[in-house]
Amino acid sequence: MSTAVARRSTLPGFGLTMGLTLTWLSVIILIPLAGLFLKTFELSLDQFWGIISSRRTLNALRISFGLSFAAACVNLVMGTIIVWALVRYRFPGRRLFDAIVDIPFALPTAVAGVALTQLFAQKGWLGAPLAELGIKVAFTPIGIFIAMIFIGIPFVVRTVQPVLIDLDPEIEEAAASLGANRWHTVFRVILPSLIPALLTGFALAFARAIGEYGSVIFIAGNLPNVSEIAPLLIVIRLSEFRYADATAIAVVMLVASFLIIFLINRLQRWAQTRIPAH
Amino acid sequence: MSMQPGYVTSTTRMRGYAPAADVSVAAPSPRRQSARPLPIAAPRDLRTEPGPIRFIIIALAVTFLSIFVVLPLVVVFAQAFSKGISAYLGALAEPEALAAIRLTLLVAAISVTLNLVFGVIAAWAISKFDFAGKTFLITLIDLPFSVSPVISGLVFVLLFGAQGFFGPWLQAHNVHILFAVPGIALATIFVTFPFVARALIPLMQEQGTLEEEAAISLGASGLQTFFRVTLPNIKWGLLYGVLLCNARAMGEFGAVSVVSGHIRGETNTMPLLVEILYNEYQFVSSFAIASLLAMLALITLVVKTILERRLDEGRVPDGD
Repeated sequence: MSTAVARRSTLPGFGLTMGLTLTWLSVIILIPLAGLFLKTFELSLDQFWGIISSRRTLNALRISFGLSFAAACVNLVMGTIIVWALVRYRFPGRRLFDAIVDIPFALPTAVAGVALTQLFAQKGWLGAPLAELGIKVAFTPIGIFIAMIFIGIPFVVRTVQPVLIDLDPEIEEAAASLGANRWHTVFRVILPSLIPALLTGFALAFARAIGEYGSVIFIAGNLPNVSEIAPLLIVIRLSEFRYADATAIAVVMLVASFLIIFLINRLQRWAQTRIPAH
Repeated sequence: MSMQPGYVTSTTRMRGYAPAADVSVAAPSPRRQSARPLPIAAPRDLRTEPGPIRFIIIALAVTFLSIFVVLPLVVVFAQAFSKGISAYLGALAEPEALAAIRLTLLVAAISVTLNLVFGVIAAWAISKFDFAGKTFLITLIDLPFSVSPVISGLVFVLLFGAQGFFGPWLQAHNVHILFAVPGIALATIFVTFPFVARALIPLMQEQGTLEEEAAISLGASGLQTFFRVTLPNIKWGLLYGVLLCNARAMGEFGAVSVVSGHIRGETNTMPLLVEILYNEYQFVSSFAIASLLAMLALITLVVKTILERRLDEGRVPDGD
């Protein structure tokens, strides 16, 4: 916590380290990102709108945002169940499953992509039984959805886990001793205090899925207007040397991610004011 | 199955977007063990659910993680070894595979080193001094986490590509950035930018400046203070950041894919080669390379868990 009156530090190196930090940040992050926006300003508003409102772009954005939202919803529900099991219960292999949650985070996306495709392909371990039920996963939008669930799961679990661990046991004991049944205690007392963490985890998973490329493109099928995600369309436009198109789509996605970061920051501030530190 | 309720106490905190694993030791809360008068009608613990519900929740969690997380990992190794161990080793000994491994190691070495140095510098500036706009600066450092990998590559194409801002100048002077090692390294540095700084900032903020101030007042120089006082205090956190930075650097696909140009034997990193071989239906070769990356991920997770335990041990208990 910084106090209102800035504390004078007697440590050396502020000017030097701050200067180097800002320089490095500018060279690697800020100037390249600014270049993206500058490139967009070379387009007239009509051109920009023409690119964004073309059927293929709109469909790619709809697929990316829609499926990411659906996947983040699944992650929210399953993430809560996983956190609950990991934090509240003892069962054989609990520590192992706790570590396993991080795999989507650590596994390179291309590896996840080929593995999921192989798993859900028509002759794959899961694809074959699903095909018998008449469900085709690989090379359809369902495949995209599955890949997005895979990459999003650690976000919800790891955001909610520390909050559930730190939850004061006395609150639920009080609720229970005041006569609330377990159902009421969970849904009226515990879950409400997890809401900021749940929403943050949801937003992180959503943002990650929107931008995800490697783990999605193998299983997606990549059919324009059907199973083509926005990041892939950027890559396709680049390979066609249609830089303006690529840039316009990128700007839309970037603005969306910035809005999500802003939202996450607000959520975290809200969480801090809601739950007093102990 | 033993499913007694127990409570986990932990000082584990979220470390930025690199969520911390739960490294806590399962210990029943002392509060539970004290003899407490139980309500007559409720012999069961107040803070848990009925047995069948517990069982369903555990079953759901375990099934979901097994299907979505464990199975894909198993598939990688099953496919890699599907034609036997000699086919596996043969695939890895291909010149193209060796070139990809070399390039991946080179790019990781460049980007991890640079991000290590600048991550430490940024963490020093941010955590040891008070200044306006600190939160905003941290947000800027975090930016690459929320930028799509494809866009992280695209920005460098727009700067250095033939139609880019510096493209014509680079062409006239015969400097190759795109479709060459510098471009791949730049894109990798971009996506791995936050890891080291993010691991260090909370740790160094928690440690405060008292020890450094003491060293300075005793006549140590700034560098001496850093290497003799600060560095020993942050070594595990630093290693933690480097570990995650390295894992991402070696595994990065989207950003590198955009700037690489996919020149065989020259600009293909391991993840890119996985893609190319997979699209050519060379499944054993593709999954052989993928298995190396999967092992990297598993080793990273194991070391990360060990480091988190170290970090938690080193942390001052905060009163609960």
